Amino acid sequence: MGVRRLVYDGTVLFENMRFRLEGALWTCLLGPSGVGKTSLLRLIAGLAPGALVVTDDGRGLEGRVALMAQQDLLLPWLPVIENVILGYRLRGTTRAERRRLRDQARELLARVGLERHAEALPAALSGGMRQRAALARTLMEDRPIVLMDEPFSALDAITRHRLQELAAGLLAGRTVLLVTHNPLEALRLGHRLYVLSGRPATPRGPLLPKGPPPRDPADQALLALEAELLRELTRSAALLEEAS
Amino acid sequence: MSRFLRPLVTAAGILLAWELLVRAAGLPPFILPGPGRVLTALAAQHELILRHAAVTLSEIVLGILLGSLFGAASAVLIAASRHARRWLMPLLVVSQALPVFALAPLLVLWLGYGMASKVAMAVIIIFFPVTAAFLDGLRRTEPGWIELARVMDASAFAILTRIRIPAALPALASGLRVAAAVAPIGAVVGEWVGSSAGLGYLMLHANARMQVDLMFAALLVLAVMALALWLAVDRGARAVVRWQPETLAHDHQG
Repeated sequence: MGVRRLVYDGTVLFENMRFRLEGALWTCLLGPSGVGKTSLLRLIAGLAPGALVVTDDGRGLEGRVALMAQQDLLLPWLPVIENVILGYRLRGTTRAERRRLRDQARELLARVGLERHAEALPAALSGGMRQRAALARTLMEDRPIVLMDEPFSALDAITRHRLQELAAGLLAGRTVLLVTHNPLEALRLGHRLYVLSGRPATPRGPLLPKGPPPRDPADQALLALEAELLRELTRSAALLEEAS
Repeated sequence: MSRFLRPLVTAAGILLAWELLVRAAGLPPFILPGPGRVLTALAAQHELILRHAAVTLSEIVLGILLGSLFGAASAVLIAASRHARRWLMPLLVVSQALPVFALAPLLVLWLGYGMASKVAMAVIIIFFPVTAAFLDGLRRTEPGWIELARVMDASAFAILTRIRIPAALPALASGLRVAAAVAPIGAVVGEWVGSSAGLGYLMLHANARMQVDLMFAALLVLAVMALALWLAVDRGARAVVRWQPETLAHDHQG
């Protein structure tokens, strides 16, 4: 994708920026807060105008993107299973179709370990369970491109670790953009890592950790890369402070 | 102490103070009758009072139904369309600047002495709080839900009906509670200005004929009716938005 120029609140976030997501791989986008990671994701999602998105097969992105945000965004008045099929409900389905979709949703809920909570309201679930329900909803959309905006950052360390593993398994084979501020998370899950840096911002990288994700966080090579990433991030944060 | 007992004790205390005041000051019944006399009047004339109460109750209920319907519909219209917002919002604000009580004689002139003018009064009084509360809820939808729905390729109509409106129901519920509380005012004011039936009419007549005990009896029935209506609306609203966490829940058990 390319962005000619994006101005947000009087600040030029991007200018003549190009960014490529490799098909069927996890691309992780790191960067200090305020550099424009979320803006970039919103541009790709079509939530903000101004991006020129070119795909290898020449088709547009409509109907091919799913979104998973930091908040679970479950609708509090719908039981978990209805939240999982929300996309289909919003696009309109027949009653018979819905029954089939619910069966499918139940399978997905079983895969994220929530089969017993299908009929519960989101308020009855813990934060980790809610985010797993959000993951099930993302999977239910069955879109080739999945955009994730710090989906694990509001969770405690253990829940986060398990959910990362789950997501890596269930989203394997899809084109994923994971925006995160956690270098280790990016190193565990990503095939290609970029650090968004400067103002206007450009993605620097990619860093290519070895081996298939999810990787073992205790791996020495990974820890060395983490140190390198942290250095890069610190430099990027300093650049951002200078610019503003 | 149980939640039912406590208000009863308060009420008994007030009644006792009332009776004592009447006796100590030696007030004549046409100025302030004691609670005993009021209850006697209520028992003796219950047929008359109930007949008028039925009229007032229908006016209030019709007013709440129509006012809520109009209020909710215009809130949705204003939320859904920019044109409606531009045209209706100023009208809405101006309508509130007019004192409704000043309109009452006009409404009676236009709609007659029957129920229609009272229902119209109640509708006008209810309309604004319902519209304002619901519109407020419709405007404050969690932006993340809307963005998620947009990525899911939902139409603007689907976003409105399946996300914005359900999310705004708690706000509508508060609007309806206010409506239930103020609707009796509209109906009774309408009856005072000109009518041939209803508790307001009965009270006005009783007052003119120095039947203050009957007036108090009618007032009591009106208060009980308004309270019951409010409780019914509150219950109904709670049932519809059960999913909303109730942070004051402990207050309702005690």
